[in-house]
Amino acid sequence: MSPDAAALGVPTAGAVPRDAMTPVVTEVLRAIPEIADTSTLILARPPGFTYRPGQFTMLYAFGVGEAAISISGDPEDEAHLVQTIRAVGATSRALVSLTPGAAIGVRGPYGTGWPVEACRGRDVVVVAGGLGLAPLRPVIAHIRRRRDTIGKVTLVVGARSPDLLLYRDELAVWGRWGDMIVIPTVDSAGPTWGGAIGLVTDRLNGVARNPGQTVAYLCGPEVMMRFTADALNRMGVPGDRIWLSLERNMKCAIGHCGHCQYGPAFLCKEGPVFSYAACSRWLTVREV
Amino acid sequence: MTLPTDPARDHPFVIGLPVALQDMLMAAGRRVVLPAGRRVFNEGDPADRFYLLLSGHVALETHVPTRGTVRFLSLHADDVLGVSWLVPPYRYGFDATAIEDTDALAIDAPRIRTACDADPALGYILMQRLMPVMTGRLRTARLQSLDLFTRPPGREVV
Ligand SMILES: Cc1cc2nc3c(=O)[nH]c(=O)nc-3n(C[C@H](O)[C@H](O)[C@H](O)COP(=O)(O)OP(=O)(O)OC[C@H]3O[C@@H](n4cnc5c(N)ncnc54)[C@H](O)[C@@H]3O)c2cc1C
Ligand code: FES
Repeated sequence: MSPDAAALGVPTAGAVPRDAMTPVVTEVLRAIPEIADTSTLILARPPGFTYRPGQFTMLYAFGVGEAAISISGDPEDEAHLVQTIRAVGATSRALVSLTPGAAIGVRGPYGTGWPVEACRGRDVVVVAGGLGLAPLRPVIAHIRRRRDTIGKVTLVVGARSPDLLLYRDELAVWGRWGDMIVIPTVDSAGPTWGGAIGLVTDRLNGVARNPGQTVAYLCGPEVMMRFTADALNRMGVPGDRIWLSLERNMKCAIGHCGHCQYGPAFLCKEGPVFSYAACSRWLTVREV
Repeated sequence: MTLPTDPARDHPFVIGLPVALQDMLMAAGRRVVLPAGRRVFNEGDPADRFYLLLSGHVALETHVPTRGTVRFLSLHADDVLGVSWLVPPYRYGFDATAIEDTDALAIDAPRIRTACDADPALGYILMQRLMPVMTGRLRTARLQSLDLFTRPPGREVV
């Protein structure tokens, strides 16, 4: 094991705890179509299941397979477990096609999650790209419930085009609340789009009034997060208060198989959320 | 509509320039409000103005046969609209439309060009201001062309 891996506490091989790989069966209560190929499943939350913003589950489509999916609902809604899934292959397609009443397997929650306590008394910048808004929606829910204790909040959301903006109706509602600046931006658009066009990094001007007292949460394509974290860091937001959610293929989600290794870390256990200070070196290493 | 010029001195393109150059830009500029929906310039028009945007926003767009109008960049407060005025043949490369009521300083480009030709040191200072604008645009265009939101088949990372 490299010294880095040891410092990060990367798990070594050991016995898999009994039942760690056995999903709990629950029910799909609602399926909400979102953008193309993407649906949100509202599941009955299994008894005793609690989670932190930024954690994920392994969802099992019976007879097809398991996929790592971020939890995209309000952690304090105790009745439901909300997950947004894009159909890209056999498993995710099977998950997206589930209808109310269907049974689904859930393992988890896994991962470290976003350090949302750091919002308290500070300004917050949330930057999401594409499906990256899904794991950040619990952060928005957390902020909403504690709005009085948090400074200025800015949400910048990027997508390829307006029709691919996830939770577009909700973005409009959040913008209307008036206590959060919501800036959707797209790569290109037709003449009816009146919002911003360009990169999320182009919309960061002025987001950090007091950079030393600002925290940032980023999720989206890795290149987008790299440029955004760098831009915020140059503005003076400390690297240990900029957090990114990284993604690698997962199988066991409990630190045993090594599929999710990224640099010296296993993302399923040490991540998927890391501070920019911790992961900036890995982001520029090719083939990591 | 013509307004007093002073707030434009706080525009990032102007801040920190030698005072004489600031004065020259202000003298060549006129405060304008570009109402929402107004075509600011058309592709191919003589690039006889550039704009320091103070509020609101403007979209750069072009007509793509079979797709119609495609907007590919919006410019907001603190941005510079129109960079073709310094490069022959001095014609705008795209259409620009105000999306909101937009407050701007519209600067007489031929006048600044003539001053730069007469005084290359001054021209150099202005080029140093324009280059970051242009490299920033280039970077945005490159990253947009990479289509980062689409994952190519066969990759197992986002
Ligand atoms: C921590 C974590 C959180 C995640 N959260 C979510 C989430 O909230 N919602 C969600 O939809 N997905 C999420 N994913 C991605 C999801 O796990 C994969 O999309 C899923 O495992 C694909 O499995 P599959 O069998 O459907 O496709 P596969 O058969 O494994 O892949 C089919 C094809 O799609 C490509 N592909 C795989 N994943 C993706 C992807 N995410 N986007 C585009 N192409 C892909 C593959 O490279 C392959 O070419 C997350 C992944 C991780 C590691
Ligand atoms: S070690 Fe198996 S998925 Fe992380």
